[in-house]
Order: sequence, then C-alpha cells, then structure tokens
Amino acid sequence: MTTGLLRPKNPEQASANRASRIADLVRANEHVPVLVSIAAIWAVFAAANDRFLTPGNLTNLTLQIVGVGAISVGVVFVLLLGEIDLSVGALSGFAAGLMAILNVHQGQPAWLAIVVAVVGGGLVGTLQGVVITTFRLPAFVVTLAGLLVWQGALLLLLGSSGTINLTDSIYLTLSSDFVGRPVGWAMAAAVIVVRAAVALRRRSARVDSGLAVESVKRFAGKQVAIAAAIVVAVAILSADRGIPISLVVLLVLVATGDLIVRRTRFGRYVMAVGSNIEAARRAGIRTDHIRVAVFAIAGAMAGAGGVLAASRLLAVNQGSGGSDLLLLAIAGPVIAGVSLFGARGSVWAALTGAVVIGSIANGMDLLSFSSSVKFMVTGVVLLVAVILDAISRSRTGTGNAR
Amino acid sequence: MFHAGDQIVPAVDVRAESLLFARGIHKRFGGVHALRGVDLVVGAAEVVALVGDNGAGKSTLVKTIAGAHQPDLGEIYFAGSPVHLTRPADSTRLGIATIYQDLALCDHLDVVANLFLGRERRRRPGVLDELDMETTTIDLLKGLSTNPPPPRALVGSLSGGQRQVVAIARALLADPKVVLLDEPTAALGVSQTHDVLNLIRLLRSQGRGVLLISHNLDDIFNVADRITVLRLGQNAAEFTVSECTREAVVHAITGADLPITRERTGI
Repeated sequence: MTTGLLRPKNPEQASANRASRIADLVRANEHVPVLVSIAAIWAVFAAANDRFLTPGNLTNLTLQIVGVGAISVGVVFVLLLGEIDLSVGALSGFAAGLMAILNVHQGQPAWLAIVVAVVGGGLVGTLQGVVITTFRLPAFVVTLAGLLVWQGALLLLLGSSGTINLTDSIYLTLSSDFVGRPVGWAMAAAVIVVRAAVALRRRSARVDSGLAVESVKRFAGKQVAIAAAIVVAVAILSADRGIPISLVVLLVLVATGDLIVRRTRFGRYVMAVGSNIEAARRAGIRTDHIRVAVFAIAGAMAGAGGVLAASRLLAVNQGSGGSDLLLLAIAGPVIAGVSLFGARGSVWAALTGAVVIGSIANGMDLLSFSSSVKFMVTGVVLLVAVILDAISRSRTGTGNAR
Repeated sequence: MFHAGDQIVPAVDVRAESLLFARGIHKRFGGVHALRGVDLVVGAAEVVALVGDNGAGKSTLVKTIAGAHQPDLGEIYFAGSPVHLTRPADSTRLGIATIYQDLALCDHLDVVANLFLGRERRRRPGVLDELDMETTTIDLLKGLSTNPPPPRALVGSLSGGQRQVVAIARALLADPKVVLLDEPTAALGVSQTHDVLNLIRLLRSQGRGVLLISHNLDDIFNVADRITVLRLGQNAAEFTVSECTREAVVHAITGADLPITRERTGI
C-alpha cells in the first residue's frame, strides 16, 4: 500500500517530519527565526498587559524604534563586512548637534541642516574608513576612538547651554506626523502590486531561460504572506493615527539598503570581502575601497538616525547619541540573524532587530519594570541569539572559522 | 650569413616555441636561494606534472609563472614571445590561470557569485544580471562534471570535489591557454579525485596546457604526459610518463643516486 508508506508509522517519526518541515521553513527564509521571536515576545507581553497589542501602543513602538533602526541599517553593512563600528551612536549625536547648530543658531533652513547631518555623518565615516584601511588598524579601535572624539565634539558644539531645542515644523513632521489613511492604503497597495509584479516577472524570466524556480504553490504562498503582512500592519497603524512618516523614512532606507546588498555589484563585493577578503582581493576587487564605502554608509545612516532621534525629542542635548543607543543599534541586527563574522544576514534585520529590542523595552515599560531588568533581559536575548547563530553556522558549514 | 661547411647552430631555443617556457629562473628570498636556474616547458594539449620534495621550489616556480613573484634572473616565454609578469593580472591577461590549493572561494556566496566574482555581468551599471550569469554557470558546469553543484548552493556547503570544480570553472571563464593547478586532489576522496582527474583530461582535450603540482604519483601516472622533477631549486629530472617507472621518479625526487636517475636526467 503506497498510502501506508507515506503515513508516519509512529509519533516519533511524525515529530521528526514536523521538525524537518520547520527546518525547511527556516532554510527557506532567513527571517523566520526572528519573526517567531517577535511573535513570542508579543504573546508574552500581550498576556501580561492588555494594552501592549493595542494599535496605539504598537504605533508608539514604531515611533520609538525608527532612530535606532536607521543607525542599524549602517551597522548591518559593517557587520556584513565582518567588521564593527562603535562610533555610530556618538556620531548620530554629533550629526544631530551639527544640524541643531546650523538650523537654530545659524538660521539655516532645516532641510539643509538635515542634509548636512547625513552628509557630515558620511564624511566622518569615510574618514574613519580611510584611517582603518591606510594604517591597517582594527575597526574596533579606530571607531572606539571615534566614539570618544564625536561625543566630545557634541559637547563642544552644545557649549554651556547643554541643550538646543528644535522648533522647525519639519522635525514635528518627522516625529509625530502620519500618512493619512487613504494615502497609507494607496501606498500599501502600490508596494504590494509592484513587489508582486517584479517577483512575477523575475520568475517568468527564469522559466524562459530554463532555470529552476520554486513551485507555484510556494511562490504564491510567499507573495500572499507578504501582502497579508503589509495589509495587517497598515490596518493596525490605521486603526490608530496612521503610518508614521518616520516609519516610511526608515522603510525606504531599509529597502534601499536591501536592494544594494542583493542586487548590485557593490553589495556583492561587500559580501565577498566579508566572506573571504583574500579571495576578494585575488578576484581583483579593490577591497579597501569597499571597506571605506561601507564605513561611509554607516556614518551617513548614523547621521540619519541622529536626525530621527532628535526629531522625536525635539531637542539635541548632551545625552544625544549616548547611553545604550550604540549597543542596541548593534544588538538589534545581531539578534535578527546578522552574523558578527561577516557575509551572513539581511538589511531587513535592522528593522526586525529594532522591533525585538523595542518590544522588550516597550513591554517592560508598560509593566513598569525598571531599567535594570530591561537591560538584563535584552542582554539575555542577545546572548541567546548569538548562540543560535553559532549553532546554525556550524550546521551549514559556512562558518569563517575553518 | 652561412658558408658551406658551417655548422648551423640554432640561435633560439626551440623550446621557446612551446606554449609556456621558463628558462634559467632564479629566485632568492633573503639568504634562501629557492630557485637556481630552473627550466620548465608546458605545451598545448599537454599535462605536465611538477613534482619534488617539500622545499624543492615547486610553489615558488608556480607563483613566478602566475606573476605573484618576480624572478631575479631568467626568462619566461608565452606562445613564443618573451613576457614580463610583474603582477598576477599580467599572467591572467595572457591566458595563464592559477588555481591555488586554498581555491580562494567565498564560502558565504553561491556558486554563480563565486564564478563571476570580480567580473560580474550587469544589466545596468551596478545592477547584476543574475539570469545571464546563472545560465552560463549551468552550461559551464554541465560540461565539466557529471555531478555539477547546484548553481545557487552556497560554496561553503559543497564537497571538496565540487569546490574544486567551482574553482576550475571560475578559471575557465577567462578561457585560459594554460592552467596551473596546485595540489588539486590533496584533500579529496577517491571518487572526487577521479572526477578532478577527468576534468584535467578534459582541459587537455580542449587544447589547454596544464601544469599539475602534486605529491600523488598515482594521480600523476594517471593523467600526466610528462613529469618535471625539481630538487633543491634545480631541475633534477624530466620523464615521459609512458616511458618511465615510479621508482625512477621517486629516486629523482629524493635524490637517491641510482643509475636509472642519471640516465634520464637532462632535458
């Protein structure tokens, strides 16, 4: 009987089948583990506090994470390279300080001040990258020095006042404006249609060239799942105030970063350098140029994150870019599956990682836990994430420690 | 101008007409005289095995031909003309492909990405043409191996033999005339070694010259046409595989002073 052969003979086998199906799912999509963790964290907090999963609180959550999420976009690039940038937190504060001085003290238009903050962050990142590659120094040390320098530079900029308040309406827009419901839904529909159309065109081009494609069922399932996720997210946010402008900014940064990594030659070279720098060099890749460019991206994203964080506060002060910002900006992507050893991970981890960390902080705040517990829980989550990363690396045989 | 009765002495070494010819190569590293006037010939459609004990100068010679080292003295001819190889890119441009023992692959990238690393095909400036690269990869690998690795598999997940196939396929993309292989079977099992040796035969049948560095006499007698033996940075012996015994080769490598070695010594 053929049907009998297909049916699991005993519970043990059935659970093994289920385990391998889950393993298949994890292999099929690198984002599954972090999405499962988010679901688990949300379930725990929802059980503990019925306000957690309300549209209002989830909207607050997105507003809380955009600053750190933007910084993490740059951090992902650096991690893919197999390096680290410890200066991004302090640099985000320094860039915000530049913006505040230009706009408030010098009377320059706010948009120009924002551009200067992002470009200035990029220039600082470039400088650090040039120092790292020219003198062959560990990025760890150079960016640690950068952390101190830019933190000091921010204090210098702020002077004796210690705080500069931001009053221009553009900062209010960035911090607490929302896309209207009709516009929000139209944007969601456009994203869904364009995404699906591009995916469909890519698939049919592969079919035409006789290349392997995933099954129709799987393809359709993936498209529907993504569309459904977008619809649910927009519905939740629309039930409150709408899609935050700052979230749109973050999504654009993340999506652009993702396309650069996956579809461009530059992104390919970043991965190659992170995977095997000697092989990349022998393939004719100018590895130092790639490394400098990545530190420049990290600096620019730190600048963008600084702008978003300052907008939320409507001020730049001595604490801007300090405290735990740097640690969370690095911990987020790592929790979401970006390897510290290079060449493994997705730019979307900047967003999903920020959601994990933001959810823990937000949920603990709702339950009025103190900062002490918040730090310790985040630390344990980070540790678990890197242990899982280490295990999966040894399983797939793509570890750097060969 | 020749007069009757003059003995005609060829002014040029006839070996310079070979695909690849290195003559009198000297290389010093500080106090170490690694190569002391080594000659090497690789013809088209020929597999030459380069053997010798550790420290005999095999790797130094290969790196010199690959352009990674510059000889202190001596000439290299390629397709009949003298060439100066000051960088690896020089020898690559001439059509000399080198596959080092470590293969220089990126484990985290897939087969397609590794094959085209450094010479990606693009649709628009900067944007990769994955379709074109994947189709080419499949065609290329199909011709090289009966068990080609999946084009989208990460190279880190492949077997040693498949990794070797990827490294060789990568070299073949540039359509080289000479392929230098450094210990290609050193880490492989029996059936994978068999596949790689078949691949070497395929390269020969395509008219390419192959220089094979190996310690494995089984492999060499299986696939090579000639054997060049180095000892202490000098040519120790030259054999034609069909006309020699393993003992003779071993003696030439180790330097045991047996009559048979002397008989065969000299080119």
